[in-house]
Amino acid sequence: MNFLAALLIALGAFVLQAFGVVGQLAVFAGTALGRAVRPPWYPARLGEQMALIGWFSLPVVGLTALFTGAALAQQIYVGGSRFNASSTVPAVTVIAIVRELGPVLAGLMVAGRVSSAMAAELATMRVTEQLDAMVTLRTDPWRYLIAPRMVASTLMLPFLVLVANIIGVMGGYVIATTRLGFNGAGYLETTRRFLETDDIVSSLVKAAVFGFIIALAGCFHGYHSSGGAAGVGRATTHAVVTAFILILLTNLIITVLVFGA
Amino acid sequence: MSAGLTLAGVSKSFGAKQVLDGVDLEVARGESVVVIGGSGTGKSVLLKCILGLIRPDAGSIRLDGQELVGLGGHALDSARGQFGMLFQGGALFDSLPVWRNVTFALTSGKAIRGRELHRLAIETLARVGLPADVADLWPAELSGGMQKRVALARAIASAPDIIFFDEPTTGLDPIMADVINDLIRAQVKAMGATAVTITHDMASARKIADKVAMLHGGKIVWQGPVSALDKSGNAYVDQFVHGRAEGPIQMAVRQ
Repeated sequence: MNFLAALLIALGAFVLQAFGVVGQLAVFAGTALGRAVRPPWYPARLGEQMALIGWFSLPVVGLTALFTGAALAQQIYVGGSRFNASSTVPAVTVIAIVRELGPVLAGLMVAGRVSSAMAAELATMRVTEQLDAMVTLRTDPWRYLIAPRMVASTLMLPFLVLVANIIGVMGGYVIATTRLGFNGAGYLETTRRFLETDDIVSSLVKAAVFGFIIALAGCFHGYHSSGGAAGVGRATTHAVVTAFILILLTNLIITVLVFGA
Repeated sequence: MSAGLTLAGVSKSFGAKQVLDGVDLEVARGESVVVIGGSGTGKSVLLKCILGLIRPDAGSIRLDGQELVGLGGHALDSARGQFGMLFQGGALFDSLPVWRNVTFALTSGKAIRGRELHRLAIETLARVGLPADVADLWPAELSGGMQKRVALARAIASAPDIIFFDEPTTGLDPIMADVINDLIRAQVKAMGATAVTITHDMASARKIADKVAMLHGGKIVWQGPVSALDKSGNAYVDQFVHGRAEGPIQMAVRQ
């Protein structure tokens, strides 16, 4: 009985803490957006972040999509052949990639790369008083550091997911045509026929939301870090965990809203 | 209404820990005030309250009669325009080259291209005794003493009226510490600026200060001209100035 009570107390504390963090994140996002829409703006910082987030994430996102698309096609072929449906490989692959795996995997990979880097950088600036120094030099860290990161991440994730979708489908195509005996032209034709505009739109909307979450988690935990080197480590871990959970949760919500009706 | 900085009853606590407990301090225009006190007595918190980085729980901080506590937006921004601050660790932006660091306050971080700015940075670096080629280095490539000097150059580049120094000599060898003291003294005099320094380095305090104030237990327990430091008649000041372990100030030492 005592054990049960302790378990429930721990669970309750976790849930309360989670709600608290969500509330703080919402306030942080509101502040960031409020500052971002008013000048001064820093286009050079925005460009720098777009390159860091978009361009330099391409290899890791591309590789993830390629391997996942290929493995997916192989699995669908094996699974589908049990009830004579192995010809569904191109259709199922493209829908699974574009609707779910492209945005979610790209989002998670970029979160691992970018949320952690943002959190570590801002946390180090906090620890070494660079954030305070910036304020005393009459420059707003929200506009100079946080807004460019949030805008760049929100803009670049759709681009990365678009690339991930294309490479993912190509991964399936390569396996299907080289190992599973599919005809190349036929595979692409089926893919094209089953892919709908809604799939692409929902994929890119998810991507933009994930991009926002990635920068939000990284900036929030970095900006609010404390406690020296250990604090920097904590900020980095929390940023990645927060980004992962929020990406998976909002993915479910968007999927249910768009496709569940 | 007096010209300068006036602190009255400034208090700040973090949780149950009362760090500042009613600090009263006056800094006249053109004066150099050094606040001394042990580690963890809230000297840095005091500076951050004045700069508006921390909001005090109670009390008033006035600059030429204008209340700074609770100020926001443009009013706070223009008050900060009169301030310059040298941070303890330098706090140089390590993502920017030295010359961008030095001119940061002038551009508010905007990536304005310009020989003019670069030249200005070199001029300002010369004022703190650094050669021109330092301008194109990165903060990580500099020694501790050079970082302090670059940070000093950054603090004075916008010609502030009031400059704050947070432990300017901490972590430097005695000679470099004296060089920094001389630079601070010379630059503050040259600009006719007001200076507020916090330190526990008595050699530095004696060199920089016109007036010394001692912070202990969240209050200013003594203040007076630097010449009166050795005959203050205050037990706290005597113990601190002579660095004795015995006295009214009890350090929390775990046995």
